[in-house]
Amino acid sequence: MSGQSSGGGFLMSVVVHGDSALNEQEKELNQRLRRLYPAVNENETPLPRSWSPKDKFSYIGLSQNNLRVHYKGHGKTPKDAASVRATHPIPAACGVYYFEVKIISKGRDGYMGIGLSAQGVNMNRLPDITFAKAGWDKHSYGYHGDDGHSFCSSGTGQPYGPTFTTGDVIGCCVNLINNTCFYTKNGHSLGIAFTDLPPNLYPTVGLQTPGEVVDANFGQHPFVFDIEDYMREWRTKIQAQIDRFPIGEREGEWQSMIQKMVASYLVHHSYCATAEAFAKSTDQAVHEELASIKNRQKIQKLVLSGRMGEAIETTQQLYPNLLERNPDLLFMLKVRQFIEMVNGTDSEVRCLGGRSPKSQDSYPGSPRPFSSPSHKASSSQPYLTGFDSNCCNGVTSNKSHSSSPHSHKPCPPGSGSTLPASDISLNGSRSQQPITRGSSTAVMSKLPASQSNDVDMEVDHFTNGVTESSSNGFLNGTSKHTTEPDDCDADMEVESAQSKRQLCGGSQAAIERMIHFGRELQSMSEHLRRECGKNSANKKMLKDAFSLLAYSDPWNSPVGYQLDAIQREPVCSTLNSAILETHNLPKQPPLAQAVGQAAQCLAMMARTGSGSCAFASVDDYLH
Amino acid sequence: MQKGGSVIEDIMEVTATSRHYVDRLFDPDPQKVLQGVIDMKNAVIGNNKQKANLIVLGAVPRLLYLLQQSSSSMELRTECAVVLGSLAMGTENNIKSLVDCHIIPALLQGLLSSDLIFIEACLRCLRTVFISPVTPVQLLYTDPTVIPHLMSLLSNSLRTQEYITQIFSHCCKTPEHQTILFNHGAIQNIAPLLISPSYKVRMQALKCFSVLAYENTQVSMTLVNVLVDGELLTQVFVKMMQRDQPIEMQLTAAKCLTYMCRASAIRTDDSCIVLKTLPCLVRMCSKEHLLEERVEGAETLAYLMEPDVELQRIASTTDHLVAMLADYFKYPSSVSAITDIKRLDHDLKHAHELRQAAFKLYASLGSNDEDIRKKITETENMMDRIVSGLSESSIKVRLAAVRCLHSLSRSVQQLRTSFHDHAVWKPLMKLLQNAPDEVLVMASSTLCNLLLEFSPSKEPILESGVIELLCSLTQSDSPALRVNGIWALMNMAFQADQKVKVEIVRCLGTEQLFRLLSDPDTNVLMKTLGLLRNLLSTRPHIDQIMSSHGKQIMQAVTLILEAEHSIEVKEQTLCILANIADGNTAKDLIMTNDDMLQKIKYYMGHSNVKLQLAATFCVSNLIWNEEDGSQERQDKLREMGFVDILHKLTQSSDPNLSDRAKTALQQYLA
Repeated sequence: MSGQSSGGGFLMSVVVHGDSALNEQEKELNQRLRRLYPAVNENETPLPRSWSPKDKFSYIGLSQNNLRVHYKGHGKTPKDAASVRATHPIPAACGVYYFEVKIISKGRDGYMGIGLSAQGVNMNRLPDITFAKAGWDKHSYGYHGDDGHSFCSSGTGQPYGPTFTTGDVIGCCVNLINNTCFYTKNGHSLGIAFTDLPPNLYPTVGLQTPGEVVDANFGQHPFVFDIEDYMREWRTKIQAQIDRFPIGEREGEWQSMIQKMVASYLVHHSYCATAEAFAKSTDQAVHEELASIKNRQKIQKLVLSGRMGEAIETTQQLYPNLLERNPDLLFMLKVRQFIEMVNGTDSEVRCLGGRSPKSQDSYPGSPRPFSSPSHKASSSQPYLTGFDSNCCNGVTSNKSHSSSPHSHKPCPPGSGSTLPASDISLNGSRSQQPITRGSSTAVMSKLPASQSNDVDMEVDHFTNGVTESSSNGFLNGTSKHTTEPDDCDADMEVESAQSKRQLCGGSQAAIERMIHFGRELQSMSEHLRRECGKNSANKKMLKDAFSLLAYSDPWNSPVGYQLDAIQREPVCSTLNSAILETHNLPKQPPLAQAVGQAAQCLAMMARTGSGSCAFASVDDYLH
Repeated sequence: MQKGGSVIEDIMEVTATSRHYVDRLFDPDPQKVLQGVIDMKNAVIGNNKQKANLIVLGAVPRLLYLLQQSSSSMELRTECAVVLGSLAMGTENNIKSLVDCHIIPALLQGLLSSDLIFIEACLRCLRTVFISPVTPVQLLYTDPTVIPHLMSLLSNSLRTQEYITQIFSHCCKTPEHQTILFNHGAIQNIAPLLISPSYKVRMQALKCFSVLAYENTQVSMTLVNVLVDGELLTQVFVKMMQRDQPIEMQLTAAKCLTYMCRASAIRTDDSCIVLKTLPCLVRMCSKEHLLEERVEGAETLAYLMEPDVELQRIASTTDHLVAMLADYFKYPSSVSAITDIKRLDHDLKHAHELRQAAFKLYASLGSNDEDIRKKITETENMMDRIVSGLSESSIKVRLAAVRCLHSLSRSVQQLRTSFHDHAVWKPLMKLLQNAPDEVLVMASSTLCNLLLEFSPSKEPILESGVIELLCSLTQSDSPALRVNGIWALMNMAFQADQKVKVEIVRCLGTEQLFRLLSDPDTNVLMKTLGLLRNLLSTRPHIDQIMSSHGKQIMQAVTLILEAEHSIEVKEQTLCILANIADGNTAKDLIMTNDDMLQKIKYYMGHSNVKLQLAATFCVSNLIWNEEDGSQERQDKLREMGFVDILHKLTQSSDPNLSDRAKTALQQYLA
């Protein structure tokens, strides 16, 4: 079992040297720490990985990559006790933290203490008091080998457990949820030693007599004690607590709130057919006119299919003052239009090139040509409240697919034209996942809930799921756009056979138009700077876009990612939010806001020392 | 009066509607009968009064008749089974009535049908009947074709699996039941269910294994080799003990592994026992679990580690177990008494169970290791709790308390200190006056330890008239009680006053003493010899006892030496002879008995050194110089050739024996 193998592991660390072994150890350490403490953000709160050569008393010697501690004082009186702390304090987001210490030699008297201590107040000098044996000082907690007593910030111990000596493996587990600590000896839990622990404690060992040597295991090797089993218990406890959290006192209140959230989400992203069906079946009012939703949908469709020129035009038609009041937004759209020109997808170059607007379009066969617009989280996006990209829709795992869409075959002929629509509904259905996991399952059952990436299947699900509830005959995509590109099917198939894509679709006229447009863009940028001052984001945007022209094959260049269809999403989402704002509608759907807030709460819990955040990942509830 | 009248009217009204339901079962139109049964089904759900009424009005035989008729439609037969199942869900009296109407054979017959829905309804009803404590388990085994048929139905559906395994786990009560189920392939048929998608099926299958493996080596040995989906069964059990599994599952899996370990199918140092089962059971004892779970956890843990000191040591340091158990004595708590009547009732109901489980676990923990015993006695109020436990009304608690006391009484230190301080002998003596045999065995065994010579309790016990009590124990039918009685007397006689020895001999009576010397139980014989040896120590005592009982004692010694007995028995007997040889007047009983001298001579030349040593010791005492008549004895023995043998023995490779022989020879030189 784990006990035996880890014993062997410990020996290995003593014998094996050399870089490859070290790298192996490092890798194993990283893997184990990630598995044990997935909620810890190591950029903010690094995990302890070794003893600190700086945070120790001079009687302590370190070796073996700062994992082995030996005593090098004279060890005549208790005043000669010395201790060392780990490099970092234990992050609260661990939830449950554990490390083990193996007694290599008990030395002369075996006066060893293993435990935890807070950082000393004075960092400049080494107050000998703080570095006495673990458990003797303020905010210092230890378990001593010679008498088996536990010491809690004082020089007198309490009977706690058995004594320990050479060959024993002592573990120390900190529960950051209830702020307690227990020890283990050779894989057996000895029971709670301390309660009401303060935050930010460091793993600590103290030694007192010559010859004492101990090795730490912060995760470099398997632990003798089955800490993962203990963590499972706490994960279950926390999740049960969440599941049983009392929701609203009045019957149905909770459900209707969830329905509102779903409906607003659907409306926000203009899934109008679904939204309509949903509102109907849950008996709700939609707070935006259907026509308005459809308008937004139309614009979104244009953006997402790369037809930026038309998108800008339509926006100006439908929302006359919007872009005038928002020059930065307009600039952003124009830059995108430039990129789409390079791509050969923008309407202006399309007519010049005589090629299908769809030719380099959305790669309909790829599993996720359009993700839900909200999925992308760059800093300029509306998900300001720390709404992490991982938190929404649960589609991030598909990113790798989207970045290499060409590896996917086009969809089978005949069904191709309906795909964009079905894909949007696919995202729509995904977006409901967070809620199907919640408590209002009854409502959701009418909607497609497939999580599969397989397009054919999605189509099946789609037709099975939504058509019956979609009364007006068209699916989520507007009928206009889904039927229009019928003639492109042939092109598309031809296109897919071509191995090399050409600038602006290969038409000279289109290239000229693009160059011209670039110049306009340049002057617009200069104008903007004069009017509104420097804007580094705009500057970079433009620079990146122009960089595309520096490569013979822009698609395979370092800046080629801009041509990826996925890059349309943040643009689409920003535009959508801007439109909604003019209607005094929230620029972010409440659902996304709730998810973002939950993630933000967890991050705050981690910072304020509430360990239960470790077992309440938002992701767990999103897919 | 008026009120009373209306109650009666109510009853009559209910009875009338019930009568109507029953009448409809006799309708000539089968369609109406079916509707009647369905209406009845809806009427009885959750209504115990209605159920009782229908049973009184004779619905059961009619339902059984309809259920068994092959002319009934499948639908009707199924609905009948459902209604019967519903009736069984009522009170124990309902179950009794159903069993009296021979519902079991009828339903078992129904299982032969080919209709799965009907089979499931029958099984469900059978399940409900069989899990009731009032149903005789034996009814499942009356027809030998039933078990194999149930095994074959296991593969049919999740429901059949759940019901059948539940029936098995409730009806496997004896080694015979285990064997029957085992022989019909219970293990192979049930093992795959441990990974069923249904939690209920997994749980019932697991329970089956725990009852099958209990004290059953054959089952346990088979289980260790079983693979479930490529994984060893032990590993499947280990996974079921994971801390995120439901407590019931963790606990039952731990029981399975415990039973397999106690049946020697798994070693006690196997990591699945040391690192998984033991910690799991310790966890079950913690305050956060239900009282029932804590009782079961503690009892199972006590059973697991009883024979293994290493497990006892590990458990004693795991999760403060010793201190944790002290909490078992705090029910009903003072808080529950004030705040919550329901809780008080619950606590009261479990208080005895908790206490006896804690005593059992303490007994097991302290059975070998002195440090653990010390830790236990130092637990808050421990000795007081044992003392009051010894006089509790519940036999189970008394027995467990005395077991615990017995375990702790193996400690010399505790006998000298805490046992005396708390005068534990008093309740112990009281317990011995009138108790069932199993309590008596433990209590008398504990008394043996309290009568050891260094025990300060020995004196007060003697004064309380214990001799008579112990003598009466030696007449018990139970060998264990006879051993304990004579053992305690033996301890009592060790270095005792003349007065005590005389009292023992008087009270026991020579007749009983000799009866014990021919006891079929070797233990009894050994302890009786030990008693004799202790009685025959110091010269005046030897001479006095031998002068009054010499003849019989010499007879008994002769008999034992001539009969087939173990070396230990013969050695003990020769030691008695050596003690007799140490007396002043008692010596003559040997010297005048040539036959006995020949026997001693024979044992001096025996192949076993222990016997040679004891015999030489005897001779040495006979020829000891400073005593009257030593010259004559020396001469007689020389004539008989003892000196030659002594010379030979000085050459022995055993240093003790050669020394002893040399010392003896020196008597001739002086």
